[in-house]
Amino acid sequence: MNFKLKIWRQYDRNSKGKFAVYNVTDISPDMSFLEMLDAVNRNLAKKSEDVIAFDHDCREGICGSCGLYIDGRAHGPQRGVTTCELRMRHFKDGGTIIVEPWHSKAFPVIKDLVVDRTAFERIIQAGGYISVDTGSAPEASSLPVPKANAEEAMDAAACIGCGACVAACKNSSAMLFMSAKVSQLALLPQGDPERKRRVQKMVETMDREGFGLCSNTYACEQECPKKISVSHIARMNREFIRAKLF
Amino acid sequence: MRALIEFYNSSVGKKLIVGLTGFFLIAYLIIHLFGNLLLFRSDGGAAFDIYAELLPQVVVIRIIEVVLFLIFIFHIITAAYTWLLNKQARGSAYELQKKGETSALTSRTMLLSGSIVYIFLVLHMRQFWYVSRYEAGEHFSMYEVVRATLAEPVYSILYIIAMFLLGFHLKHGFQSAFQTFGLRDKKYASLIEWVGVIFWLLIPIGFASMPIYFLLNF
Repeated sequence: MNFKLKIWRQYDRNSKGKFAVYNVTDISPDMSFLEMLDAVNRNLAKKSEDVIAFDHDCREGICGSCGLYIDGRAHGPQRGVTTCELRMRHFKDGGTIIVEPWHSKAFPVIKDLVVDRTAFERIIQAGGYISVDTGSAPEASSLPVPKANAEEAMDAAACIGCGACVAACKNSSAMLFMSAKVSQLALLPQGDPERKRRVQKMVETMDREGFGLCSNTYACEQECPKKISVSHIARMNREFIRAKLF
Repeated sequence: MRALIEFYNSSVGKKLIVGLTGFFLIAYLIIHLFGNLLLFRSDGGAAFDIYAELLPQVVVIRIIEVVLFLIFIFHIITAAYTWLLNKQARGSAYELQKKGETSALTSRTMLLSGSIVYIFLVLHMRQFWYVSRYEAGEHFSMYEVVRATLAEPVYSILYIIAMFLLGFHLKHGFQSAFQTFGLRDKKYASLIEWVGVIFWLLIPIGFASMPIYFLLNF
């Protein structure tokens, strides 16, 4: 397969970026999007040109490192996949593909397609954990958790923190990311003692980091590679209202 | 008090205010629609005229008017403020963003649909509310004012368009408010969608039927 790539190039955080066009040939339809970019970079390296910087690590959709805005969609046109899981067969042979970094004030571009997502770390540091001593592994039935709660908490815990929700949101809101953690811990008995403090601190940090407000467009749910439901946002809102006003 | 200010300053708090004020406003729509249905009585507007004359004499109505006005201003200011904050958060625009594939048009155009409904409302207040309060003479008939205004194709069409946009605004607004209140659980999502039909479809149709009625000169 052959493609014309229009890729965002930006030298560093402070410089002004622009799109560069690359023509790639002989791409296998079974290649992942990142493998295709590797091929482009091999050619650039051969010519001693600056290679395209992009984040990646596990390349099997579980680490949350990769994340590109491809052809107007976070992680490309497929639902429920990360950029590394996206295959080239989903693109039109001979077509143009536009590749951009996540756009958000809270995620400044570091280089080319790499953005600084440490704002997410700070949201988690604000309360996305349990500080009570849980000791060693307890007896299986000493802390009963209803099956439905366990399932839902697990669904929320599937968040890999890639930032697609922020990238897809017209307001650049981090509500899906933040609510997934609040919801996960609110559903479990271990999270209960700190639930009020947690939600307040995490919302406060999210606002301070410059993320936008939630307009309930639900674009985040559509673009989340782990298909995390916006019902977690509803639960987080409930937690916040209860913590603040009651 | 400090807790309330802190709450308003938070992102979730501001959204809650927009949702709550919106709810008061749509609750009024129901009352307004039922009152206006008197226009359809085949008594030459006698019942409607009595209703229009009685309304301002009820103290509760005068209080509701003021409260409603304040809520309305609060709804607009808070919503416009969140829009501004959201614009800042986005930063630069994408070269290509296929928003239509991931979200509904109604959810992305709340400021626009709301603004147009607001402009319509100013005109609506001038044409009916202001006239009935400050320009009513000796043999004043509210029914006659409504009939004469809505018989004009320009106004009746404008009213119909405004009601379409109101429906457009509430299509997203109604269910979105439940999400913000934290009540849009998976269990209730479909129930909320169905009740929402009353607000985004039936009520706007009910209001739009009035200009259609007078335009077609029944």
